[in-house]
Amino acid sequence: MNAVEIRNLTVSYRENVALKGISLNIEEGTFLSVIGPNGAGKTTLLTAINGLGRILSGTVKVFGMDMTPRNAVRIRKRIGYVPQNLSIDPRFPITVEEVVKLGRFGKVGLFRRLTKEDNDIVQHAMELTGVLELSDRPIGHLSGGEQQKVSLARVVAQQPELMLLDEPTSNLDPKAQEEIVGLIDKIYNENHITVVFVTHILTHIPRSCRQVVLMKHGTILWAGDIQQLDDKLLYELYDHPMGPLTIKR
Amino acid sequence: MFELLQYEFMRNAILASIFAGAGCGVIGVWIMLLGIPFIGVAMSHAAFAGAIFGLLLGMNPLTMAIIFSLAAAGLVGPMAERAEIDPNISLGIIFSILLGIAFLGMGLLKGPKTEALNFIWGNILLLSRSDLIFLIIVVGINLLFLGVMFKEIEATLFNRELARAVGIPDRPIFYVMLLLAGMTVALSLNTVGGLLIFSLIVNPPSAAYQLTYSLRTMYMLSAAFGVASCLLGLLFSYLFNVPSGAVIIIVSSIIFGLALMLSPKRRVKRTVG
Repeated sequence: MNAVEIRNLTVSYRENVALKGISLNIEEGTFLSVIGPNGAGKTTLLTAINGLGRILSGTVKVFGMDMTPRNAVRIRKRIGYVPQNLSIDPRFPITVEEVVKLGRFGKVGLFRRLTKEDNDIVQHAMELTGVLELSDRPIGHLSGGEQQKVSLARVVAQQPELMLLDEPTSNLDPKAQEEIVGLIDKIYNENHITVVFVTHILTHIPRSCRQVVLMKHGTILWAGDIQQLDDKLLYELYDHPMGPLTIKR
Repeated sequence: MFELLQYEFMRNAILASIFAGAGCGVIGVWIMLLGIPFIGVAMSHAAFAGAIFGLLLGMNPLTMAIIFSLAAAGLVGPMAERAEIDPNISLGIIFSILLGIAFLGMGLLKGPKTEALNFIWGNILLLSRSDLIFLIIVVGINLLFLGVMFKEIEATLFNRELARAVGIPDRPIFYVMLLLAGMTVALSLNTVGGLLIFSLIVNPPSAAYQLTYSLRTMYMLSAAFGVASCLLGLLFSYLFNVPSGAVIIIVSSIIFGLALMLSPKRRVKRTVG
């Protein structure tokens, strides 16, 4: 069964067309990486899947439901989303634990408080992602890598069926990048949910990834098994030689 | 000094200080953390213009202040959401239009303009009992909304896109916050006046922001600073026979200055990043 079905999707921001009539199916339990240069429409694809983007034409179905304003809130509770470069004021009055709890808010529902079970799920998410000892720290005091771990903890606490990760390794030092990639693999292997991972850096693709979509100028250039990805396709994608593919499997 | 409490106008003024200070302190946290202080400016000047037109048309000034303030929130809210126009530009335009309307209304008023001038500088001693009751009701609604929707408000204040992404209806919450802010501003108009009330929305939460990393504590400190500013302003105004509105703002500014000096966050700003 498909977790996501996209048909002839066109998304535009004023005069700029970000996605041009793309179609894509993502099977449940798939780990899919979306690769492409800056401006290819990768982030727009994610925002169309979770209903945060404005669709001009075409349809997006998630878990068999049309992504319409009416269904959006219900569907989003089942989607974990890590946006790109979340800018946080270092003085904002919110702790790491409170940010992770935010992942439960949609599921808990309006007017209700978090139960002991919700708090246990939050603790487990912080433990899994290695941020438990940071729980009382203000979120703005953490490094970029630690903040990304907190974002992943928030998503784990949400217990989603679909996880959308928008360049979670960008702007991180090599050690933090490796930790985040390892963490994403760990979360996928423990939960076997559907994952859509966006990146423009090939070496950041986690080992669990099996399917790849190449995007360029708002269209899908190629989609298929990661093992079939070759230098010729990558040259066509980036208009630049990429060297030997260094994704270890 | 305590003999003053036997007068109803003084008891009303003290109650108004407590509720206007607490109310502005709470909505100030929303306006500050949403990063939309220009909406606070637009609403406070709209309330001022509305009150003047209420006088001109022979209607209840505070009712008109509420209507104008809510209209401004309804107009500026979508502008802030879409960000198609730089908020500073839209603020400049709306601010000048509203002041133009207010002063046009004052020019059209016949006879002595004492009551209209009270809406500029505020006169907490002239607050009627019904105005006070409305203020208490609106502040009560603010606190009820905050208590019931604390987690949704927290998520919306932290990051609206994230709140929406986890399934929180951030847009209705945003507009309820604006609506309550508009009503609180309009009903607090008598405390410090239309030209100064913006400071009562900005100074207490800004002072609280300097002192804590807990949102709950920030609400409490902001409300406490708002109440302290109003009560101390009222006291000094009585002791030194000076306009209460101006003193309230000076006190709230001094509290902000002290908070800034004592702030643990000043060190963070220099070391983080």
